[in-house]
Amino acid sequence: MDQGAETEIVPGPLGYTIWFLGALLEVSVVVCAVAKHSLRRYLFLNLYMAASFLVSVGRFQILTHFGLTSTEYTYFYFYSDVLLTICLYFALISLYLHVFDEMKVESIVRLTAVFLLAGTAIFSYFVVEQSSSKMLTHFFFELSQNLYFVGLVLTYLLWGAILKMRETRTRLIQLVLSLGVYFSVFAATLALRNLYPNLQVVWEYIAPLFGCLLPLSWAYAFWRLPEEARLSTARLAVIPR
Amino acid sequence: MMATGILLFSLAALLQFFSSYCRSLIAASSKQPLSPEVKDVTGLTKGASGDDFARVVQLLHLCPERPEDRSSVQAIGAYFRMINFLRATVARVVPSLRAWIEFERAQCAYFAAVALDRRIAFSRDMLAQQMDT
Repeated sequence: MDQGAETEIVPGPLGYTIWFLGALLEVSVVVCAVAKHSLRRYLFLNLYMAASFLVSVGRFQILTHFGLTSTEYTYFYFYSDVLLTICLYFALISLYLHVFDEMKVESIVRLTAVFLLAGTAIFSYFVVEQSSSKMLTHFFFELSQNLYFVGLVLTYLLWGAILKMRETRTRLIQLVLSLGVYFSVFAATLALRNLYPNLQVVWEYIAPLFGCLLPLSWAYAFWRLPEEARLSTARLAVIPR
Repeated sequence: MMATGILLFSLAALLQFFSSYCRSLIAASSKQPLSPEVKDVTGLTKGASGDDFARVVQLLHLCPERPEDRSSVQAIGAYFRMINFLRATVARVVPSLRAWIEFERAQCAYFAAVALDRRIAFSRDMLAQQMDT
C-alpha cells in the first residue's frame, strides 16, 4: 500500500470536485445538527463529521505544500485515516448506546467496544507481522480495513437489534441505515481493490464519491426529520410479512 | 478467497441496508395525505400503482427542485429500478413475490406523488414571496 501511494495519480478536476463536495457535506451535517438542536444528542456523529472536515483541510494543505507522492502526505493520509476510522467506530458505538439506552447497559457496550477495538488492533498487528512489509503505515492501513469490516458486522447486528426491539425513532433508524450502506460500500470497495488492484484509478473516484453519501444522508436526517418522528419497523424488514 | 467472501457479504449487506433505507424514506411519507389537485394531476384518485411512478416522476421534474428532497427522490428512483429488476427476474420464478413487489412499486409512486405535492407547495410559496416583494 505504501508503494501504491507513490504511484498514485494526482487528483484531477473530478477528484478535487468530489473531495470538496465531501468536505462541504461534512460541514453541512454539523450545521444541520446545530440548527436542529441535535448536536449534543448525537455528539460522536458530529465529532466524526467535524474531524473528517478538518482532516480534509489538513490533507489538502499537505498535498499543496508537499505533493501527493511525498512521504509527508503518505504518513498524514494513513495516520488520519486510521484516526477517522476509530472516530467512526465510536460514532457507531454511540448509536448502540442510543438504541440500548433504556436497558441501562452502557458500561457493557463500552467495555465490549474497547475490547473489540483492541482485538482488531492485535489481529491487524499479527497480519502485518507475518507480511514482508512491517511498516507502521501498513499496520494502520490493515487496522483501518479490518475496522471497516468490523463496523459493517456491528452495524448489521445493530440493525437486527433495531428490528427485534421494534425501535421506532425514524431519525435514529435512518442514521443507522445510512451508516450500514456506507460501511458495506467501503468493505466492498476494499475487497474489490484486493481482487482487482489494476483498477485502482476507478476506485480512487468511486470510494470518495460513495463517501459523500454518508454526510448527505446524515444531513438529510438531521434537517428533515424531527427527533419525535416515529415509524413502524415492521414496514422496513425486506422480507415480506 | 477471503476478499471474495468479504465482497459477497458486503454486497448482500449493502442490498439489505439500501432497501431498508429506501423503505424508511417511503414509510416516513406514506402517512401524508395527497392534496386534491395532486390527485387530479397525477390521476391517483383511487390510490397509487407502480405503473404511475414514471408519470409522477416526469411531473416531478417539471417542478423547481427542492434541495432537501433531491437525494431521497434519486434513492427511491434507484430502489424502484431494483424492484423492477426483481419483477422481471425473480418474480417470474417465485410468483408469491409478485404481490409484495407490486405493493412496493405502488409505495414508490405514492412517495413520488408526496414529493410532487411538496414541490408544488414550495413553488407556490416562492411565487407568493416574489409577489410580495
